[in-house]
Amino acid sequence: MKVDFSAVGLKVGLECHQQLATKEKLFCACKPDLFKGEPEITFLRRLRPTQSELGQTDPAAYFEFLKGVKILYEADSKTSCLVEMDEEPPHELNREALETALLVSLMTSAEPVDEVHVMRKVVIDGSNTTGFQRTCVVGMNGSIVVDGKTVPIQHISLEEDAARKTGADGLTVRYRIDRLCVPLIEVTTGPVIYSPEEARKVAYAIGRILRATRRVKRGIGTIRQDLNVSISDGALIEIKGVQELDLISQIVEFEVQRQLSLLSIRDELKKRGLSEDEIRDDSADVTSDLAKTGCRVIQKAIGQGKKVFAVKLPKFSGLLGKELIPNLRLGTEMADRARFWGRVGGIIHSDEIASYGLAEDELCLIKRILKVEQQDAFVLVADTEENAFDALRAVTERAREALKGVPEETRGSNPDGTTRYMRPRPGAARMYPETDVPPITISKDYVSRLRSQLPEPLEKTVERLIKKYGLNEKLARQLQDSEYVAVFDELVERTKVSPTFIAATLTETFKALKRDGVEVDKVTDDQLIGVFELLGLEKTSKEAIPEIITWLTKNESSSPSEAIKALGLSIISEQELSNVVDEIIRNNEDAVRTKGEGALGFLMGVVMKKYRGKVKPDQVNAVLKERLSKLKKKSLH
Amino acid sequence: MNESLSGYKGRVLDVLVKSKVQVGDLIRINKGDITYEGILIPRSELGDDKHIVIKIRSGYNIGVEVTEETKVTKIGVEKAPAFTPPALPAQKPGLPKVSIISTGGTIASRVDYRTGAVRPAISASDLYSIVPELSDVAAIDTQILFSVFSEDLTPKHWSKLAVTVAEHISQGVDGVVVTHGTDTMGYTAAALSFALRNLPVPVVLVGAQRSEDRPSSDAASNLIGAVSAAAKAPFAEVVVAMHETISDESIVLHRGTKVRKLHTSRRDAFKTVNAQPIAKVLDGQIVKLTDDYLKRDKEKSLILQPKFEEKVALIKFYPGMDSKIIDWHVEAGYKGIIIEGTGLGHVRQAIFHSIKKAIEKGVLVAMASQCIWGRVNMNVYTTGRDLVAMGVVPLQDMLAETALVKIMWILGQTQDKEKAKDLLATNLAYEISSRTVDTN
Repeated sequence: MKVDFSAVGLKVGLECHQQLATKEKLFCACKPDLFKGEPEITFLRRLRPTQSELGQTDPAAYFEFLKGVKILYEADSKTSCLVEMDEEPPHELNREALETALLVSLMTSAEPVDEVHVMRKVVIDGSNTTGFQRTCVVGMNGSIVVDGKTVPIQHISLEEDAARKTGADGLTVRYRIDRLCVPLIEVTTGPVIYSPEEARKVAYAIGRILRATRRVKRGIGTIRQDLNVSISDGALIEIKGVQELDLISQIVEFEVQRQLSLLSIRDELKKRGLSEDEIRDDSADVTSDLAKTGCRVIQKAIGQGKKVFAVKLPKFSGLLGKELIPNLRLGTEMADRARFWGRVGGIIHSDEIASYGLAEDELCLIKRILKVEQQDAFVLVADTEENAFDALRAVTERAREALKGVPEETRGSNPDGTTRYMRPRPGAARMYPETDVPPITISKDYVSRLRSQLPEPLEKTVERLIKKYGLNEKLARQLQDSEYVAVFDELVERTKVSPTFIAATLTETFKALKRDGVEVDKVTDDQLIGVFELLGLEKTSKEAIPEIITWLTKNESSSPSEAIKALGLSIISEQELSNVVDEIIRNNEDAVRTKGEGALGFLMGVVMKKYRGKVKPDQVNAVLKERLSKLKKKSLH
Repeated sequence: MNESLSGYKGRVLDVLVKSKVQVGDLIRINKGDITYEGILIPRSELGDDKHIVIKIRSGYNIGVEVTEETKVTKIGVEKAPAFTPPALPAQKPGLPKVSIISTGGTIASRVDYRTGAVRPAISASDLYSIVPELSDVAAIDTQILFSVFSEDLTPKHWSKLAVTVAEHISQGVDGVVVTHGTDTMGYTAAALSFALRNLPVPVVLVGAQRSEDRPSSDAASNLIGAVSAAAKAPFAEVVVAMHETISDESIVLHRGTKVRKLHTSRRDAFKTVNAQPIAKVLDGQIVKLTDDYLKRDKEKSLILQPKFEEKVALIKFYPGMDSKIIDWHVEAGYKGIIIEGTGLGHVRQAIFHSIKKAIEKGVLVAMASQCIWGRVNMNVYTTGRDLVAMGVVPLQDMLAETALVKIMWILGQTQDKEKAKDLLATNLAYEISSRTVDTN
């Protein structure tokens, strides 16, 4: 589908979140690291939606509270203390993080605020033990220029990252609090981005500014974008947690397409003459009618003592199965809702019922019970009565919304660029002061001192990389857009390795390794320095680098020298090399005799095949040459 | 102080007054070429006199420095939000009656997201709307007695509180809940344990370690636990109801004379020392942890003895302590002194003479241990034996804070020194137990 994005009135705003590489977390002295394996500490909590003066509660959160949702938090003592457990008041705001946020403000021409006030933003899905996220605006009213267009930056904020969800089991949701309180910078643009490609470019531009501070974390999950996407006549959709910048344009495109498809369904429903009150919540218990069904899913549910309920969706026939974007149908959207509100595994709808193995007479019976006619659709759910009831209510609610067009909601991004329903959009942000953290005055002197030592903007970095290190432009640009630009200078300075080789390793080699599924993000700066130091000291060879990196990703706390030892990739001594060469010449006497010095290339291949990574090619070459010329002399005499 | 410009002072206050704006107004601040717009927010009392705090459109607060060139204009009034409480849950008939007496802090509250102010919910219907679960547990009556921080409470407040609790009991309630700041809740619990004897129904003190305005507050679950205990616990004693662990699962009921706050911030800060808690509330049910308790019985008639003698001191001994500290108390007319001694109940010999003098002057002197856990035994070392010989009363496994309250209460009831000494050494409200079992 080719879409004219300006004709549909596309508007995109970005909220770019980047974790900072501080020594400590935002409000306590814990290391901002994640832990693996079994948690040392667990505790169970319930969050109670507080009512605002406006009488608003977050409807989804209130619903979850009423259902008795509990949160099981997981922690270990290295990565969290009583502060993250909400058992101790926050300490003061981390000054290192604040300084980085101020730098970013100045780099985006934003005005630092005179006094920073930490706020509590109410979030009660369990991702914050307190029930709110601590956040503060540090800079306002900035702008950046992307491809000649000025994009306003509304806020630069500093906030704590949330706990990460590790699972759910019935009414108990599990979160791990190691990530909680890790400092994040949030950069919010105005909703003035008008095409999917522009959204991607703006995200890259912001990413470059953040990386230019040299104070941000790298790796999976350290940068996350939220996209606010709307089209005229559609709705404002908040898409959360986009981790791959290159996916942004695809996500925006899909979202436009999804909204347009929903609008055409709306038009079709109107054409069919559907009115809202025709969609009724009344569901029918059809458990006994399906008692002997051959449908496996239903059979299994009934076997577990669950019940089957059905609801009619008038005039929806054929529309539930209509694809909105690849792999997403209106039926999928209803199933997502049913899962969220009804905690069910899924739904069965009439547009896809053929694949479920229900007998013709069973279908007739259901249709008769629901009074389903030609244009009507129906939905089945098999679960406990309570869950099925909630699920079908969510389905009919979504059906009513289909008649109106696009419902406002918060969606999560999938790795293929599609999105899924997460929750209804929360009302206006409910924020109130974090009285446990005193406001911080930002003095004019401090700001002007920071202004005088702003980091080099990344556009300048390309020039410098070319000039200072002799990189070619392509490599310099790749490095600038990689997450390794911050550590590159140090690698060059501390090792005697060629800058071009280092740059190529950090970009091309790493990209290739990533494609092969190697999690190169796991290798720390210190490990990288160690690897190139060994190379500089000729303790290993260039050819060995990919293997060493791969090994390090699997042995995270080990050193590069341990990698070399474990892989047997140490450079062999000159004496050893000369023995090796002698042996190879002996084993290939015929070739040497017939080709003489012409056997060099062949022998080189034999040595390298056997000793790749343990020998330096030029050294092998030299030794081989020397031996061959000696042999030649010998044979001449 | 200017109420409509709460917290502002000095130069900033002048600017705001001149600009005719007040808290809640939508204002514009011009500073050279920078303009800010937002709602004027109250300033914290501790804030400086250089910044105006506004809530900008996105909901964030920021502080804007006032300089010579700063101009403030009112551009509108943000309507004060009207709160429409959700429909009250239907009150179930036949539920036990429970009175909730508030002494300060707030039991439940609402945040005004416009200004950040936290407003206490006062009436029973407010409470029901914020903690709807309560309407399943009891029919509630509420009274605000004091509005003070718990560290500002004095023995005079204990007396008044005891009288008020007695009034509610005389009206036939099935239990009384007292909401209390946590810092001195242990002291008040001990005070009520002595002042309210032969209780017909339970008296449950409850507090919160996390403020009520946050979704993670322990206030609501502690309150539900406290009201459940007041409504249906089988015992009729003074207890403290707080989280048993850091999880929102069980609310444990500590005996008023044996409970101590042992952590500055954790939800499970309160622990029963040298004994077992009486019971806990789990999933709305009372789970007994001991069979040794005074039974609930509405036929019992309450004995109210609310007087406390304030001229009593709790003195913590430390290495090198000057004997003049004891002397000063004697000269200042103190009638009782609890010494928090080291280990089994010791102090340095250099202050013996002062202790002896105090006792000779008629001051009641008793010994508890600063170890918190364990029992005083003044027979093991000579220093202990010498102190007993002087007339220092060993207080067995009594908490030092409970001992202080008890001596205040005894001297409020009797002037007879020998009788007072006997009472001090006698168990009245489970404050002394003759045996300590291993509770680990």
